[in-house]
Amino acid sequence: MTRDLLRFATAGSVDDGKSTLVGRLLYDTKSVLADQIEAVQRASVDKGLATPDLSLLVDGLRAEREQGITIDVAYRYFSTPRREFVLADTPGHVQYTRNTVTGASTAELAVLLVDARNGIVAQTRRHAAVLALLRVPRLVLAINKIDLVDHDEAVLTAIGKDFAGLARSLGFSEDAVVTIPVSALAGDNVVERSARTPWYEGPTLLGHLESVPVVGPEVRAPFRMPVQYVIRPRREELHDYRGYAGQVASGTVAPGDEVVVLPGGRRTTVASVETADGPLQSAGAGRSVTVLLADDIDISRGDLLAAADDPPRVTDQLDSTLCWLAEKPLRPGARLLLKHGTRTTQVMVGAVTERLDTETLRFGPSPEQLQINDIAHVALRTADPLPVDEYADIRATGSFLLIDPPTGTTLGAGLVGLPLADALS
Amino acid sequence: MTLEVRTPDALDALESESIHIFREVAGEFDRPVILFSGGKDSTLLVHLAVKAFAPAPVPFPLLHVDTGHNYPEVIDFRDRLADRLGLRLVVAHVQDWVDDGRVSERPDGTRNPLQTVPLLDTINENRFDAVFGGGRRDEERARAKERIISLRDAFGRWDPRMQRPELWNLYNGRHAAGEHVRVFPISNWTELDVWRYIQRESVELPSIYYAHERPVFRREGMWLAEGPWGGPRGNETLVTKSVRYRTVGDGSCTGAVESTATTLDEVIAEVTASRLTERGATRADDRLSEAAMEDRKREGYF
Repeated sequence: MTRDLLRFATAGSVDDGKSTLVGRLLYDTKSVLADQIEAVQRASVDKGLATPDLSLLVDGLRAEREQGITIDVAYRYFSTPRREFVLADTPGHVQYTRNTVTGASTAELAVLLVDARNGIVAQTRRHAAVLALLRVPRLVLAINKIDLVDHDEAVLTAIGKDFAGLARSLGFSEDAVVTIPVSALAGDNVVERSARTPWYEGPTLLGHLESVPVVGPEVRAPFRMPVQYVIRPRREELHDYRGYAGQVASGTVAPGDEVVVLPGGRRTTVASVETADGPLQSAGAGRSVTVLLADDIDISRGDLLAAADDPPRVTDQLDSTLCWLAEKPLRPGARLLLKHGTRTTQVMVGAVTERLDTETLRFGPSPEQLQINDIAHVALRTADPLPVDEYADIRATGSFLLIDPPTGTTLGAGLVGLPLADALS
Repeated sequence: MTLEVRTPDALDALESESIHIFREVAGEFDRPVILFSGGKDSTLLVHLAVKAFAPAPVPFPLLHVDTGHNYPEVIDFRDRLADRLGLRLVVAHVQDWVDDGRVSERPDGTRNPLQTVPLLDTINENRFDAVFGGGRRDEERARAKERIISLRDAFGRWDPRMQRPELWNLYNGRHAAGEHVRVFPISNWTELDVWRYIQRESVELPSIYYAHERPVFRREGMWLAEGPWGGPRGNETLVTKSVRYRTVGDGSCTGAVESTATTLDEVIAEVTASRLTERGATRADDRLSEAAMEDRKREGYF
């Protein structure tokens, strides 16, 4: 049997028990080995704890251990006979936007954690808004610490109802959201079904992670592939070989397909789709391939191959939603670099029109400058025209980075269009 | 035209991700190099690089920081692989740095931490701007927070608090003159993924990864081979055991595990059933302190 791969992210507020939940998932799927458990037991004894603190399994850097906090996104790995998992564990408090945006950008599902005693709090709403903005296809609300509300069905139903309303207002469809009552500390409904919640008939957290479909929206979207590199063997027998190397960003590509090369606009036909293991009949989203074309066109890194009958628009004016990730504020008029697909170009920042109020989850008037963790609508003008899709339609061709030219630092994450505002309205 | 029916599995997804990373770096950097020790992870890197650029050759040289504490089988394997692929192999001999005093031997004789200075010097001398390594995030907790493309300053240092956020599959490799990036194309692979892929692709590995008879002695709970790095000493005694290696590093600090696994199937069965992580089981260099790897990475280690 083949095992597929699910990339997911976790998010939660401080003290919701997220580290314990992640530790529990690793521990109960037997992904933690003896030397790691021994290290946790030793550290737990040193801290005077009676039982091993599973959250120590996911402690990372020295500063994090010293301060008892998580600073940065950490990646965890576990697997079951049915599926392999890549977990982006995003910390809840420090720079939550930066971390949640990072974790969510590659996630096919997100687990949002709340404390059963507190229910949906402001931080939950902020996290859910970021997950909606990044178009994470599926959400799980894990209501943790159910032992502390006596496994009371009424409490958990009320939180689930609150959350369903929030998720709907953020544009998640009903079947994209699942609510699961858990106790990370005791292990209830994480991997093992709990006898203490007989009224709960849904899946355990792991059961859900194992069975949820991983086919993302990219599969059904029109074909897009940024050209990463031109492969020219320069050998006698392959004298005329020109292969365009890239990872299929969306849709599928097959020999005979008509494609357009953007931003130039020349059209041609796919002659073959190759890999080191031989030619393919077709390749779908996520696959790294080398595409050979019927006509000899000048194509280089930075160009985009797209379905000729459903191409992206080519523009140098972007209405975008920006997540500002840097301490250095964003000022209108700033000249930055923009990386979109495999092309980097200069960009001029226009007006900041609206900023997300993270209390009300409404876009409203913005201060002139953006600060770290701000999410705002910003008009941009690029030096070169870019072939873009709305982020809501195709994540890969609707996303970009903003980079500080002197330092090379990544300043912001950009989304083409207003995906969150559209969902909220 | 019929559509491909086979659904991509986890190994296909990981392979495609790694190939994408290799091609990004080839497209954006002038002088990349692959760190290649002959170990399984760096052999996997080279295999993936070959697949990323086929039918053209891999457009990077290989770099080995040679501690001198080697297994002859691995050095032989290293040279044969570079030769077969027609790739230039740059070797930085730690011994040269010891001889002219740029680094000093440690009292315990371990040379793994000594690799950092020769590595950084060689990167500078060759003006390498992107250095591929076989580090995986599942290996160790400091590595769990490592980026796929990770900036190093002019001193080769890693600052975990100043890492660039890494979103979608958009990698930001911009760097100033004198800086370089480390690139980890197999970040998201686990030890078991590596073994299953090696099996699926019939990747050749040095023989020491399979069970063989070897005289070994016990030190700090590990089976070490005798060699120029010192040992056995004092009351340590040599015994012949059937062993294999799970990682290949400096001979002075890389332990063998008792094993009878002589085939890939048997190795995979053993890795699946193992109760120890590969670094915990066989790497004394990670036991130096609770943050041993983090400290070495901050100083420029791979």
